[in-house]
Amino acid sequence: MQQAAETILDVKGLRTVFRVRAGEVTAVNGIDLSVAAGETLALVGESGSGKSVTSLSVMRLLTRKIGAIAAGSVHLKRKDGKVRDLVSLSEQEMRSIRGDDIGMIFQEPMSSLNPVYTIGDQISEPIRIHRGADRKSAMDAAISLLDQVGIPDAARRVKQYPHELSGGMRQRATIAMALACDPTLLIADEPTTALDVTIQAQILDLLQKLQRERGMAMLFVTHNLGVVAEIAHRVAVMYAGRIVETGPVVDVFRNPKHPYTMGLLASMPKLGDATRMKQAGEKLAAIPGMVPSLMNMPAGCAFEPRCKFATEDCRKAVPPLFDVSPHHKSRCIHWQEV
Amino acid sequence: MLKYSLRRLLIGAGMLLALSMLIFVMLRLTPGDPIDAYIDPNVPMSPSDLVELRATLGLDQPLPVQYLAWLQQALTGNLGYSIQRPDQAVLGLVVSRVGPTVLLMGTAIVIAIIAGIATGIVSAVRRNSLADISFSVLAVTGISSPPFLSGLVGLYLFSVYFNWMPSGGMLTPGREFSLLDLIHHLILPASLLALAQTALIMRYMRGSMLEVLNLDYVRTARAKGVSEFWVITKHALRNALLPVITLIGSTIGLAIGGAIFIESVFNWPGMGLLMVTAVENRDYPVIMGSTLVIGACVIVVNLMTDLAYAAVDPRIKVG
Repeated sequence: MQQAAETILDVKGLRTVFRVRAGEVTAVNGIDLSVAAGETLALVGESGSGKSVTSLSVMRLLTRKIGAIAAGSVHLKRKDGKVRDLVSLSEQEMRSIRGDDIGMIFQEPMSSLNPVYTIGDQISEPIRIHRGADRKSAMDAAISLLDQVGIPDAARRVKQYPHELSGGMRQRATIAMALACDPTLLIADEPTTALDVTIQAQILDLLQKLQRERGMAMLFVTHNLGVVAEIAHRVAVMYAGRIVETGPVVDVFRNPKHPYTMGLLASMPKLGDATRMKQAGEKLAAIPGMVPSLMNMPAGCAFEPRCKFATEDCRKAVPPLFDVSPHHKSRCIHWQEV
Repeated sequence: MLKYSLRRLLIGAGMLLALSMLIFVMLRLTPGDPIDAYIDPNVPMSPSDLVELRATLGLDQPLPVQYLAWLQQALTGNLGYSIQRPDQAVLGLVVSRVGPTVLLMGTAIVIAIIAGIATGIVSAVRRNSLADISFSVLAVTGISSPPFLSGLVGLYLFSVYFNWMPSGGMLTPGREFSLLDLIHHLILPASLLALAQTALIMRYMRGSMLEVLNLDYVRTARAKGVSEFWVITKHALRNALLPVITLIGSTIGLAIGGAIFIESVFNWPGMGLLMVTAVENRDYPVIMGSTLVIGACVIVVNLMTDLAYAAVDPRIKVG
């Protein structure tokens, strides 16, 4: 079903570099990914793996002084059906895409809303910018959006300021803001990380429901594998700026073919584990070692120093992505043994 | 908000009372005697006449009694008479000087706010550019030059050397009143008075803006497709203004100090000049009266600052 749907976002060989005192470091190193309409791709990884940088690169929201796209293409199918490479667009055309073709939700609902403007003002802003709507009709649209994201008493809430809303409400408001212009692609950068667990589940349900209703493509950035299992169709696991394993969520979770993915899955506690492990004297599995520094990357596989399958061959060159099955790929030369 | 303002004004009245007491005591602790200002050194006076004069003026009474007598009259609106010009009531004298000072300071503050905020924004947005560096150098110079120095240098440069501006006064004597003439006299002292404040506001604005531009909601605004112009003027500016408003309020007190110098340098017929002349002539009632009026102004300005803060930041509820 997902294969039949049209591709909205197609990233090829994206490389993003950061400028630091010592020169340049590569935060995202040649990643490929694509998301189709109605599909959710989860981008998973630890902090520093480059997942947020990837989403900011797609939006071209990296400030020039900090980082820049060095290579690759980011093709987006716009609402008018034209496919554009976002990397080479003018800032002006890019601005017409942000908030209109692509909506974005950020991690911290408190700090991503402007404290001195009302919720309604902020939600209606993209409608005024992209649709040229007047204040009144944009505000009506904001009320209906708040209604859709499950905020009760929307007509009153639009007049409130962010500090008058709870954390969950605020995140609903940022979702409404991202959806204001009916984007074809929604980028959610850790949208539930800052929320309580019960609120997390509600927000995930809401995002799923809205995606189904609107048939949007969704790029979901998270470090939480539990969230991935809940919301995504496909998953791409990132490690040190590269995608190390990608495939349908079911395949990757049931049959991981990269030692890093295995480690991540093994370090996820399951219900009932605590008592069993206490009795057996076991500890929760952890991946030994640390993520290599961007300044000092190993020449071969970046995960090799922490990997129990590592051999001499791993150190020679960065492994390519191997086809485990038509849609399941792993960047490990030992994937058959894993 | 009304209740809050009234309460603040009530506290302000208490502060004025304390201020008047302080000034009264401090004036009397300075060396010299008020009677000295009263008598003509060229006319010989016998000691018995002096005692008599003292008794008539009430200066033989203990200090608290003198203060209460002054306060009693002050509350009815009688701030006494100038010693130097005995035919002039202090209240009338002070009131006639309030207008020019408010004009001078008001203009200076408006210049400082507009120039300081504008250059601060440019400096923050074009950080480390030539404009930023030039503004910063000017700001440091502005902050570190005391008003009596900048006043004299400005006077020399613009009035004497270039001869662009009049060197003093508020209006050209003998000429019919014209707004243009007033502005011509006003612009130099007002700009010089604004200098230090502009510099201070610029530095604060720059820092505050730089901080705000890195915040999440600015990124959110960009992610919505808001143009850079509106990101800065709508999303960042209003937040970045909050600390600057506090600063503006507190520097107005400083500007009063500066106004005293500038008014003396430019012979501007305002409160500052009145006060300086009063101090030079030991004109106790005038010193008391003008200090009180200035104190009252500072209290009202601080209240206005707090109200402005609440108007800009919805998270703050006054009351």
